[in-house]
Amino acid sequence: MDFIIEPWPWYVSGPLIALTMFVLLFVGKQFGMSSNLRTACSIGGAGKVSEFFRFDWKSQRWNLIVVAGAIIGGFLSNQYLSDNTVEINPEVAEKLETYGINSAGDAYLPTELFGMEQLSNPKVLAILLIGGFFVGFGARYAGGCTSGHAISGLSNLQLPSLIAVIGFFIGGLVMIHFLYPIIFNQ
Amino acid sequence: MKSIVYLIIGIFFGIVMYKSEAASWFRIYEMFEFGSFHMYGIIGSALVLGVIGIFFIKKFNIKAIGGQDMSLAPKDKSIARYLFGGILFGLGWALAGACPGPMYVLAGAGFLPILVVIGGALLGTFVYGVLKSKLPH
Repeated sequence: MDFIIEPWPWYVSGPLIALTMFVLLFVGKQFGMSSNLRTACSIGGAGKVSEFFRFDWKSQRWNLIVVAGAIIGGFLSNQYLSDNTVEINPEVAEKLETYGINSAGDAYLPTELFGMEQLSNPKVLAILLIGGFFVGFGARYAGGCTSGHAISGLSNLQLPSLIAVIGFFIGGLVMIHFLYPIIFNQ
Repeated sequence: MKSIVYLIIGIFFGIVMYKSEAASWFRIYEMFEFGSFHMYGIIGSALVLGVIGIFFIKKFNIKAIGGQDMSLAPKDKSIARYLFGGILFGLGWALAGACPGPMYVLAGAGFLPILVVIGGALLGTFVYGVLKSKLPH
């Protein structure tokens, strides 16, 4: 039963992500997760403020159902399919300790950022809120996220997706190598 | 009936995201530290299979269920929006340690603080919609 609880290696996971994309293509849809955020804004009435949110969101109902499935998949994995710890490169884990993050190897997400008790820590709340804000803003500005650009777009050899993915990495590298030492300064 | 297909696709995707650890903040951090091949292997192998599959779909003009065309529309040509948008996305991805797919998965897994990230992402999407006409695209 170990193979159920053990994390799946990249050569199993990557092909299964490609399979997800192909199954969606075969039912006539395009793999893209961040567009659900726009749909949610539209349902919430954002069309009153911006034309960007005035579209037939019911045509995106299928993708909201995929999201509902992803939520269920997360629940099932957490409850039955994982010991909910993630082992990373020990040198990287050591570096994280200098930022005050000591839960590598013991948790799925760092307890220093995602533990329940952090919900009353204003600095952590700001990190999560601002991080999420950039993800939402950037994904819509770039017209897609990891699934839409890095998987779907690049698979379709789209130059715009390559530019976007290069952007993802510029942003990510700047954040971790230049901004983390400031944000997580001990 | 079709709803059940989408639900199953979603559940499958959620399990893959969680079990691959692509939904783990630690793996995203490690990726940007170039500390492991894991995330590059996931994205790279998905991509190689994706490129090959889409090549054959186009070559043999394979249709989706019901005979409709596959959703493979080319993206609009531009540099500014993809580069600037991409950089902003990358900053957030590395800070929150989650991209949009895994956010939903982590909410289901019971990590309640991820709801703050999702709230931020909704707010970011909303602000983009408001500012859209003023941004270079």
